[in-house]
Amino acid sequence: MKGTLGLRIGLSLLVALLGLWFMLPSIPMVRDSALDSVLPDKQINLGLDLKGGIHLTLGVDTDTALQNQLGQIGRDIRQVAREEKVLVLKPRVLEGQRLAFTLLKNEQREELDALLTDEFSRMRVENRQDVDDGKMEYVLTMSPEYRKELTAMTVDQALKTIRNRIDQFGVAEPDIRKQADGRIQVQLPGLSEPERAINIIGQTAHLEFRLVNDEADLEKAAQGILPPGHELLNMRIKNPDGTFMERPLVVEKEAAMTGEHITDAGTAFDRWNQPYVTLNFNARGARMFERLTGENVGRRMAIVLDGTIHSAPTIQDRIAGGRASITGNFSVEEAHDLALVLRAGSLPAPVNVLEQRTVGPSLGQESIEKGVQSALLGFALVFVFMIIYYGFAGLVADIVLVLNIMLIMAGLAAFGATLTLPGIAGIILTIGMAVDANVIIFERIREEIRRGLSPRAAIHEGYGKATLTILDANVTTIIAALILYEFGTGPIRGFAVTLSLGILASMFTAIFVSRVLFDLYANRTPAPQKLSI
Amino acid sequence: MGLSIIKPDTRINFIGYRKVAFVLSAVILFLGVGSLLIKGGPSYGIDFSGGQIVQIKFDSQPEFSVLKDGLEETGLPGLTVQRFGQDADNEYLLRISASEIPSDTLRDTINSAIGAALPQANHHIQRLEMVGPKVGADLRAKALEALFYAVLLIAIYISGRFEQRWFASAVMAGGLALGIYLLKLIGVPLGGLILAALAITVGLCWKLKLNYALGAVTALIHDVTITVGVFSLLNKEFDLTIVAALLTIIGYSLNDTIIVFDRIRENIRGKAKQAKRDFAALLNGSINQTLSRTLLTSGTTLLVVLCLYLFGGGVIHDFAFALLIGVLVGTYSSVFVAAPILLGFDPATLQREPKEEQPEENA
Repeated sequence: MKGTLGLRIGLSLLVALLGLWFMLPSIPMVRDSALDSVLPDKQINLGLDLKGGIHLTLGVDTDTALQNQLGQIGRDIRQVAREEKVLVLKPRVLEGQRLAFTLLKNEQREELDALLTDEFSRMRVENRQDVDDGKMEYVLTMSPEYRKELTAMTVDQALKTIRNRIDQFGVAEPDIRKQADGRIQVQLPGLSEPERAINIIGQTAHLEFRLVNDEADLEKAAQGILPPGHELLNMRIKNPDGTFMERPLVVEKEAAMTGEHITDAGTAFDRWNQPYVTLNFNARGARMFERLTGENVGRRMAIVLDGTIHSAPTIQDRIAGGRASITGNFSVEEAHDLALVLRAGSLPAPVNVLEQRTVGPSLGQESIEKGVQSALLGFALVFVFMIIYYGFAGLVADIVLVLNIMLIMAGLAAFGATLTLPGIAGIILTIGMAVDANVIIFERIREEIRRGLSPRAAIHEGYGKATLTILDANVTTIIAALILYEFGTGPIRGFAVTLSLGILASMFTAIFVSRVLFDLYANRTPAPQKLSI
Repeated sequence: MGLSIIKPDTRINFIGYRKVAFVLSAVILFLGVGSLLIKGGPSYGIDFSGGQIVQIKFDSQPEFSVLKDGLEETGLPGLTVQRFGQDADNEYLLRISASEIPSDTLRDTINSAIGAALPQANHHIQRLEMVGPKVGADLRAKALEALFYAVLLIAIYISGRFEQRWFASAVMAGGLALGIYLLKLIGVPLGGLILAALAITVGLCWKLKLNYALGAVTALIHDVTITVGVFSLLNKEFDLTIVAALLTIIGYSLNDTIIVFDRIRENIRGKAKQAKRDFAALLNGSINQTLSRTLLTSGTTLLVVLCLYLFGGGVIHDFAFALLIGVLVGTYSSVFVAAPILLGFDPATLQREPKEEQPEENA
């Protein structure tokens, strides 16, 4: 071991410096100083329980979304069939997400079946039976993949809509993520107006097409003088540097058409490889859109989402066939996002608040102060105790303890983990348990010294015997921590993260770094005859 | 040499006290489980049962009865009012059993009720939490699952690691998975499943003679049950942070048990002949050799947890309390529960068990 000592000292110093490097930005005093510019950006995130804010779990009502979609498919089938001169009556949504309709003449069965296979391949015929007067009753279901896809899409759309809303609301660092079972978790740190936030999130996306009045005087409009039946709305325009600016436009108050007739939206590329957004309307929507565009060629039409104009293209021609496109200076992601938002508008799924936790900023502040204070106190007590009880060895234990805490902090910052109140508890517990590894080693060394070994031999034997024990003990704790992470939510996960980091750090510091310190001590010349332990 | 609390030649006959310890454990377990049975399970906080809590801070201490009466007039379902944190904090926690009342309505109701009852008192709502019934049930299921998997994986790890019997532990895992699958088929509820799973784990450990795993798992169940029992006896609420505490206790108790087991294993290797002749003495020796470490570690951990308990603030108070019990019981159980089980369930050593009064020799 002696030959590698230099290497081991180097590694210990390297880890210590890395720890310091990652830990420093999380200390407010350092962050405000000149050092800030050279240090990494990452710092420890504080959980909502520590800085205050709102935590919401929202449930997306995917069943309702599927029902609505089925109703839409029913209307589409009737429309498409009519174009083929097949008469389909009374499409209706049944219990258990099934769609039923009646075929007027059962001799057209083959035609209808072919049509269903061609155009609605993701629907399955569950039942088909003759009823009186030569009619035929159909019951369709969605294929499981289609249902899954629609459900996932509904949740994605809801997530997107909520994110847009929160962005509009202007919260710093919101955290919005999808959870299992169609749930969405929203965390809004530092926000003190929970009701307003919840109301904004809870609204349904509303898409409108409104005609633009380019003749109106914008200056007068800004003073509130508008032509009758018009209003002033802002259009979001992206600057080349990625920021947004707003340009007001005078638009008709009444929507020429709303998003409820959109069945689908997607992205496509034109021949210059510019992305644009495609829209599909249902039969009624297609007719409306055809009439709307036919009557207003040359005018601009504003695409208004929740009161903000997203684009206002000029109508070039009558657009038939139920397809439309929105062009603009989109990037691929923007086109995709707009398509998502439009789909969300066309497929509204009610969103329920399943869980809400609001912590006032003052409580968070108080919690963190008390947490840190009790941590420091516990730390100080253990620190003093170790020196009294073990002497020089106690000092070694304290040094590695400080390194240990530094590494936990650095780990939290480097992984972008969130520090919660139970997380602080986890750190405090780790302090208590990190001492354990040292104690196991020290007690072993004491035993070996009692057996009459020289300090150097005792250190060697002690570490050799203790290492396996420490590994066994820590692996089991890591198992517990991993399970905690897997099954835990929010604050508990934070606790699991600090516990795992703490165990890893304490194994490294107790087994490796403290050994380096002991070896430095024991390898002095002349070799020490006694060891303060 | 620094100080030492435990003299190196200490020889306490821990194994000899095992019957006393078993009676003591049995009494505490009986009280705790009895209290749980009478109350129909732990009193779940809103994390698990659903409902709302509101934490209110006053600038000065309000008259409790006036506050309570004023709030009760709102007719909020299942309303309870209790003090929170230290007296000087002037804080109160309200619980409402219904989760469907919109939070802004609730805020308004509470603010106007306090305004009417205590017009002088300045107050503000610091925290408002609502958990819907479905989320509550999900969280409960997840928490139980977490506890269960923790115990299971730990049992497998110990059997493999300590007895080099990965095959037997795989058999145990397989048997357990099969048993749970069958019980699920007949529709046993989750709580029952967990109990059955633990029973199967203990049973399989016994049958497969996985003594170390049996000792460790029994100690874990012992510690967790006692902690939950004490919470029930003291009418403390059981929420997500308490589950985190229980898992920490599992980790801690195990840590403690393994260090004792580790020494037992080492001593068996070194003294194979003596081990067969006098297993009880060997166990005692191992416990005594690690006693110094056990007390030091528990001591420092308790010191830290005590700081948390006393100064950590209201939010962390119950969490620290659970850890406090857990560390105490976890330390006790590795000496008085886990180690004696190695002796008690090993048929080969059972016959040669020495009389309890017999003085220790050759530890």
